[in-house]
Amino acid sequence: MEQNAKPPSDIAPSTNLRRIAIDPVSRVEGHGKITLLLDADNHIHEARFHIVEFRGFEKFIQGRPYWEVPFIVQRLCGICPVSHQLAAGKAVDQLVGVERLTPSAEKLRRLLHFGQTLQSHALHFFHLSSPDLLFGFGSDPAQRNIVGVLEKYPDLALKGVKLRKYGQQIIEAITGKRIHGTATVPGGMNKPLAAAARDALLVDIQDILAWSQDALALNEQIHTAHPEHHRFATISSNFLSMVGSGGELELYHGGLRARSATGAMIFDQFDYRGFQDILREEVRPWSYMKFPYLVELGKEQGWYRVGPLARVNNCDSISTPLAETARKRFKEFGQGGFVQDTLAYHWARMIEILHCVESIQELLHDPEISGTDLVADLGEKRRIGVGVIEAPRGTLFHHYQIDEQGLIVKANLIVSTTSNNQAMNESVRSVANEYLEGHEITEGLLNHLEVAVRAYDPCLSCATHALGKMPLQVELLDADGTLLDRLVKGSNGVIGRTA
Amino acid sequence: MSKIRIATTSLAGCFGCHMSFLDMDERLVALLEHVEFNRSPLTDIKHCGPCDIGLIEGGVCNAENVHVLREFRDNCKILIAVGACAINGGVPAMRNHFNLRECLEEAYVNGMGVENPQIPNDVELPLLLDKVHPIHDVVRVDYYLPGCPPSADEFLKILGDLLAGKEPSLPQNLLHYD
Repeated sequence: MEQNAKPPSDIAPSTNLRRIAIDPVSRVEGHGKITLLLDADNHIHEARFHIVEFRGFEKFIQGRPYWEVPFIVQRLCGICPVSHQLAAGKAVDQLVGVERLTPSAEKLRRLLHFGQTLQSHALHFFHLSSPDLLFGFGSDPAQRNIVGVLEKYPDLALKGVKLRKYGQQIIEAITGKRIHGTATVPGGMNKPLAAAARDALLVDIQDILAWSQDALALNEQIHTAHPEHHRFATISSNFLSMVGSGGELELYHGGLRARSATGAMIFDQFDYRGFQDILREEVRPWSYMKFPYLVELGKEQGWYRVGPLARVNNCDSISTPLAETARKRFKEFGQGGFVQDTLAYHWARMIEILHCVESIQELLHDPEISGTDLVADLGEKRRIGVGVIEAPRGTLFHHYQIDEQGLIVKANLIVSTTSNNQAMNESVRSVANEYLEGHEITEGLLNHLEVAVRAYDPCLSCATHALGKMPLQVELLDADGTLLDRLVKGSNGVIGRTA
Repeated sequence: MSKIRIATTSLAGCFGCHMSFLDMDERLVALLEHVEFNRSPLTDIKHCGPCDIGLIEGGVCNAENVHVLREFRDNCKILIAVGACAINGGVPAMRNHFNLRECLEEAYVNGMGVENPQIPNDVELPLLLDKVHPIHDVVRVDYYLPGCPPSADEFLKILGDLLAGKEPSLPQNLLHYD
């Protein structure tokens, strides 16, 4: 066993501040914890969201042949494996000298990606976050889960389950499996979409469209009707996303756009193959997740947000009519500026769900979707490949370098959740300052901190290229390190006081 | 009849096994007539209490994984290793071919675009193990459910057998390792 960490302590070294930890954050995908440092007067000195696991992907991928990469890297994350397969697949296309896919291959990849985004967004709202929004942030923890939603709102929950199912069925039809299937090959796709599979998907599309509209209406209503949601965990940030050539919302392929919190353009239509010129990642000693920033704005000011909130704010339009109407209402809510409300992530996510379903419907009716010309002519091999897509949680970067034999010599991934690292930390700090200062710790309060993190839909599996975590215990110590209060969440979800 | 209590966790895995569990879709509703969830990433119960069945996704890559795995073994009558990583380490165990320090240096020191290079080393970060282990290296395991991930049908078959008091088994058409 290699020594790389000292044993945890409840007192921050050399500061005499007391430490409070939420460990682990639950109802997120993957694992993380929140720690707070407070002084004797309960003032928050520090609030951090840590990613505590490490996998080492950048090293162990070295020496593998490039064509294996999409199927290895998708196993970083079982929630959005398709995103990783597609981003790696796009990088591999460059390695084999393919600039442009055949129309059928590109449409099939887009359909796959829309299915993935649909299932991931549905999972996030219905299975993970809806209990907070439907029951209240401080509601009974025993009910605050998908089982509770199924009991209290069976119709709504079941529609959510079926929305996710539909996305998974699209993935299964194209990749052969719902999770960790295979679809991309260098320069294309490995099999056409069977007409029977396409027709089967079309049977349910009207229901799916109606339910996605319901989900959007519900989230829009929840956000607009709760003024306290507008400022909850809200911060002012830059936004980064991919956009299409006309500035429209684009999830599969386009240029990068970054704008400042005031809306000023930092760059637009940037060719993502040069992303290293505009992005760097800072390492901080207390998290395995790095902190990316825009080079132009520097380490202090250059952090930004990605994901649905960034995309819907940043784009000039959405190509499908129902989602575009919804986007306009979102913009109206922002009164001409960006909507910076962190909880509006949920609303933006549902606008995207609707866009996905409309796009799926269009693609399923497109004759080229069942085309059999699926692999482009390969060109001259290249040593560097960069694949970027908008994954459900935001812009996803895959960067590979190979040797003359086609074996990986260098790899780097900036996953969506990593880009939101600083923002999640800022939001946690905001909620800590607003809700924790001077108050007695309660389970409901702790959940407020988790609600802030959940809004970002963090995928901590991806973010660390790793996994796994544990119990909730919060300790309150005074400046001398004496235990004042301890709360433990028991196996029944009930909070007990053991001090 | 009282419900069967199930706890689930993901150690060094990708969450794909949990996603596959949810792929039972609306059949989850029928299952909930017979089972209830204890500690799981899907609930806000963060400690495993006494349970009938524990489902473990992922292998063991750090000291915290060991702690959680032992908590599950201590509390679950039946412990099931779910998926490739729990059974043999899976993709995370690919790092076993390298020295741990090399892996950390590649990510945080020698990586492309890295600013402020250093290996994270904070009291909040759990001790990494030098190798990634299958869970049977640490605790006794009652059953193994293979697949990357096992399908929802496999989960339902195994749970159905256990609910019926039968020795669980997978027919040939459900058994797979990919």
